[in-house]
Amino acid sequence: MLVVSLAPAADAANFAADLGGETLMQEFVQQIVSGLASGAIFASLALALVLIYNAMGLVNFAQGEMAMFATFIAYTLISHGINYWIAFPLTLGIAFVAGVVVERVVIRPVERAPVLTLVIVTLGLATLINGAAGFLFGYVPRSFPSPFSVQTVNILGAFASFQDLSVIAVCAIVLVAIYLLLQRTTVGLTLRAAAHHPEPSRLLGVRVSWMLALGWGLASAVGAVSGIMVAPILLLEPNMMQPIIIYAFAAAVLGGIESPVGAVVGGLIVGVSVNLAGAYLPFVGGDLELAVALAIIVGVLVIKPNGLFGRAAVRNV
Amino acid sequence: MVQLQQRLRNAPPRYWLVLVAVLFFIGLPTVISSFQASEWALVLIFAIVIMGLNILVGYSGQISLGHGALMALGAYTSAILITRYHVDYLITIPIAGLLTGLVGFLLGIPALRLSALYLALATFALAVVTPSLIKRPAGLTGGVQGILISTPDPPQFAKDAFASVTGGTPMTSDQWMYYVSLVSALVLFWLAWNLIRRRPGRALRALRDREVAAASYGINIAGYKTMAFGISAFYAGIGGALYGIAIGFVSPDTFPLALSFQLLVGTVVGGLASIAGPLVGGVFTFWLPIVSSQFVGAQPWIPAQIASVFQKAGPAVTYGALLIVIMIFAPNGVVGLVRAGYMQLQARLRGAGDRGTGQMPPDPQTV
Repeated sequence: MLVVSLAPAADAANFAADLGGETLMQEFVQQIVSGLASGAIFASLALALVLIYNAMGLVNFAQGEMAMFATFIAYTLISHGINYWIAFPLTLGIAFVAGVVVERVVIRPVERAPVLTLVIVTLGLATLINGAAGFLFGYVPRSFPSPFSVQTVNILGAFASFQDLSVIAVCAIVLVAIYLLLQRTTVGLTLRAAAHHPEPSRLLGVRVSWMLALGWGLASAVGAVSGIMVAPILLLEPNMMQPIIIYAFAAAVLGGIESPVGAVVGGLIVGVSVNLAGAYLPFVGGDLELAVALAIIVGVLVIKPNGLFGRAAVRNV
Repeated sequence: MVQLQQRLRNAPPRYWLVLVAVLFFIGLPTVISSFQASEWALVLIFAIVIMGLNILVGYSGQISLGHGALMALGAYTSAILITRYHVDYLITIPIAGLLTGLVGFLLGIPALRLSALYLALATFALAVVTPSLIKRPAGLTGGVQGILISTPDPPQFAKDAFASVTGGTPMTSDQWMYYVSLVSALVLFWLAWNLIRRRPGRALRALRDREVAAASYGINIAGYKTMAFGISAFYAGIGGALYGIAIGFVSPDTFPLALSFQLLVGTVVGGLASIAGPLVGGVFTFWLPIVSSQFVGAQPWIPAQIASVFQKAGPAVTYGALLIVIMIFAPNGVVGLVRAGYMQLQARLRGAGDRGTGQMPPDPQTV
């Protein structure tokens, strides 16, 4: 080899090139699959952000911390000997109730306050939950059980880990469930009506304020999925979700912050592009992957603030 | 002479409060230990940065969760100039401020297109990324290890003056840094006060409350918003430079996300859109974690294990809870509470009949 490689990633790429183009292609597909897996996790959290944004025009900075706390609850349940597949829905239920309670107690008093107030309140909530988790569970990283085997599956000549594929599947099921709930049920219809046209909904007998609480509960449960899915990969500790929430922000912004479909597509794009950048761009490497998310956020906001699926904002003067 | 007396008598009580506060801070190091002086220096430095953040959040209605990153820029600018290019440390402070101010001004340009929400998102991401960005040019920033800055010696005149007041105790470099911070804080607070009560301050408040109305009165919205960002960053840069020199060390972990949060908490707790608020905020931001963990550590009935966990998690819990409680019950912070109490007292003293004469109403609730 004539080229002196700069980084291990480039090394691996060169090595693969020596073996032949096919191996290179395989590695590329593997990177994409694992990118889609992390993308599915980002998409769940981004969907949670979008749910709350749609309900009250607010980005919930505490979403990641709420998911982290829910994951700790799941961890506690599982370590008490409860089967993973019972603990999982149980945790989502607890997260739902907790989301409703948080809305009633913390958000309700400032419901009509300016955005700045709401942002500061959710930041306070994030700090509070983070501290509470540290207080209750400590800062020692714990390994979180995963029900999926680490085996690899051969698809189209490339090897994808079963773990990645299962994460994608679980997230897909949850996203479809949310879609069906919002689009095909009366509750979903009332939720959307309360979010988009609060006054007429109230006239028609919808309890708008409780719909907001319901939105928070749903978001909390969807966010919890992302926490439980990411915990086996990252090790569970109070600061686990801090990078994930940044990726979720990037995903939501990229997809257009009010579009649930956009959140999912945005999440997948962010997941894949961050993974590819980390693997193939030597200067990005492992530690600047977050900077890719920052670049996406700033880039989208400056070039196309409505994102891929968002509508242009119209403001009455 | 009579005129002077007249003016003194007519001076509003807050002028006397300011005078008392300044004298208190000038005299403070002569009665406390050198280590305590170094702690109070950090209080003043936090107050400077929070003053800058207050101009941005309180007066111009924009938000930044990334002021820790701007502090880092100031601190590293100063540290690199001192250790690499052997520039005098006092000169590096304004340089760091100006450079950070310029960067803040440039940040303000994309920020113009963003609503408060998006701006919060973007600056939040900036704060998260900062530590890993700093580590990258390891040759310049010292990577993970950071940069050691030798603490400056006090100049001769200061040593002499200090010794004559305290009766021979030599001045330490911590005490000297306290006075450097105090002078910077006085100058910057005075500048902020002048900015706020004159044309730019009125323009900022107008565009904060009714942007469209302000624009129709001929206020240059874009200009004033970017200016607010630049000034705010200038304060953060100076604060950062002082911070680095005062603790003698900068590293990526000196400027975590939590720092940006603390600054915002300080701003809100002290009181948005007030001049005294940042000082209260500085005291609060610095002392809350120390006092709370010392208090818990000193209680014999609390097991050591729980106490040690509390020292890590307690400040976060307290910060978070306070932030929520204050936003719900007292959105104008401590200063807002004091002001409201004072107005009520005055109204009662004046009698209920002529309430509402003379005094202008205080700033409306800003956030």
